[in-house]
Amino acid sequence: MSLPDDYLRYPHRRYGMDQDRYPWRLSIDRPRLAWPEGKAVALMIVVPIEHHMLNPSGKPFKHPGAMQTPYPDLRHFTTRDYGNRVGVFRILRELKAGGLRAVFPINGAVLGRFGPLIRAIEADGHEIAAYGWDTDSLHWGGIDLDLERSLVAKTRAAFDSHGLRPTTWMSPARQQSFATLDLIAEQGFTACLDWEMDQVPVAVQTAMGRLTCVPLFNELDDRKLLIDQRQTEAEWRDQILEACAHLKAEHARFGGQVLSFTLTPYVSGQPFRLWAVREALSALAADPAVWNADAAQMAEASA
Amino acid sequence: MRADPNLYDYWPYQERPKIVWPGGKKLAFWIAPNIEFYEFDPPQNPARPGWPRPSPDIVGYSQRDWGNRVGHWRLMELLDQYGMKGSVSLSIGLIDHHPEIIEACVERDWEFFSHGVYNTRYSYGMDEAQERAMLEDSIASVQNATGQRIRGYLAPALTHTERTLDLIAEYDFWYSCDLFQDDQPQPLKTRTGKLMSMPYSLEVNDVITYGALAMSPWRYADVLKRHFDQLLEEGAESGTVMCVPLHAYLVSQSHRVRAFGEALRHIAAHADDVWITRAADIAGFYREHCWDHTLEDIARRGLATGGTGFAP
Repeated sequence: MSLPDDYLRYPHRRYGMDQDRYPWRLSIDRPRLAWPEGKAVALMIVVPIEHHMLNPSGKPFKHPGAMQTPYPDLRHFTTRDYGNRVGVFRILRELKAGGLRAVFPINGAVLGRFGPLIRAIEADGHEIAAYGWDTDSLHWGGIDLDLERSLVAKTRAAFDSHGLRPTTWMSPARQQSFATLDLIAEQGFTACLDWEMDQVPVAVQTAMGRLTCVPLFNELDDRKLLIDQRQTEAEWRDQILEACAHLKAEHARFGGQVLSFTLTPYVSGQPFRLWAVREALSALAADPAVWNADAAQMAEASA
Repeated sequence: MRADPNLYDYWPYQERPKIVWPGGKKLAFWIAPNIEFYEFDPPQNPARPGWPRPSPDIVGYSQRDWGNRVGHWRLMELLDQYGMKGSVSLSIGLIDHHPEIIEACVERDWEFFSHGVYNTRYSYGMDEAQERAMLEDSIASVQNATGQRIRGYLAPALTHTERTLDLIAEYDFWYSCDLFQDDQPQPLKTRTGKLMSMPYSLEVNDVITYGALAMSPWRYADVLKRHFDQLLEEGAESGTVMCVPLHAYLVSQSHRVRAFGEALRHIAAHADDVWITRAADIAGFYREHCWDHTLEDIARRGLATGGTGFAP
């Protein structure tokens, strides 16, 4: 048996990208970004508010954090719920102590469930972003276009009904279909946190015009480092501060760039991890080279 | 299958009514030694094998036997040293296999609660009569061996059915250790009875820290101290609960037990602010002094959604 002949044909083999959402551009060739007040590093902290239901389909793949043992997996249901009940309030307190503003992507399906949390996030002046419908409604290459369009519309409607008008979108599990960027632009989203192709925000083309992808760095994801890779809290804190120092050192050559990372409530909001959150945030808050901003502000400042 | 078990209402951590533990203490601290029996050749449950490898899983089985022969005794001496009592998560079958361990716990005035009959017999697939039989066995066996009426439950190997919490509430259990949503107790929405969730912990449970998170002994000791320090600080606003669930076959190993002792020393040094106690004592106090305030607060904030867990 052999592969079909066209397996060795390469229709997109040419200079630059193999898709037309955005052009190829070397970091050395990009125009220098000037963040407000001449700051070197734009800091975006992302606190994902995701609800993990007891009976996910897990199709086409499990969202990180989804149930693991046979139904009813009360163990994982409640450990995830801990984040939205308890852990997130510790994170809010530390953000406030540092005078920091973060982005809170929230699943549309749980806006009603977490009313007091939404009000606390708003009261502290953070940016609220749409985080898709729920953790079991993934946007992916095989999704039906009408179904995906309805998911985005349903998510927008849920935010509308709670008097919220987010302009930033993050997809569940940060996964997309080939059409997701068009569909979120259609619903008025102007920034997206799924792509991380540069150290600065990148404008991408959609059927409805331009949209800005503000990079969120998966390699600094707290869940990935602390849970999947079993790193220590001290190692995690050190890497955040190392990234900040590196971007400051590059400022003269590359201009303003972005430092971003997640604080996942059920991970970073654990009592035994909070000291490292506090140390990382207070160091960043005290750094005169850091411009703390949300996704909407970064998209605007980089336009 | 339900998306949300509806076992408790969403209740944010901020601005809760203040809990003050007996003696004006800020943090209720309890230790849960899991005293377990794993069968050499358990019957197969369709939802999960008894052992990760085919039975007999020699290393797994004999390591747990080591815990019963060596490990628990090291842990008991350590707790004695700091005047701490255990609340034992007990495989009920162990009463028959190793009564010496039970007697040593009784002498120390430790509490027992049920962790199923064997940690190799799961709740998955049990019908109501079978689950009732297992619970009645638990109550009667501990009563006969020790005179104690058990008040707590941790499902064997954390395996549940939709009716587990309703059943234990009906049998007048006071607390469940199976829910991990909080650092304070909360009333559970059962059909009858008065059952609460008791903060147990997976995060600082030695199975997780030494297994899934692959910590070294001194890192585990550091994590316990930091966890304790944070919860003690927050306990000044409203009393918190910290539990350290342990498995002697892990924590009592020769290369680990000294580091754990250091963490206990740190905790014992804060005895002025900490209620070092047993789970049933926390539950008893909570039922009497905090239960009603919690429900009132949930209702006042418009967060009471009604219904009971897994109700159709």
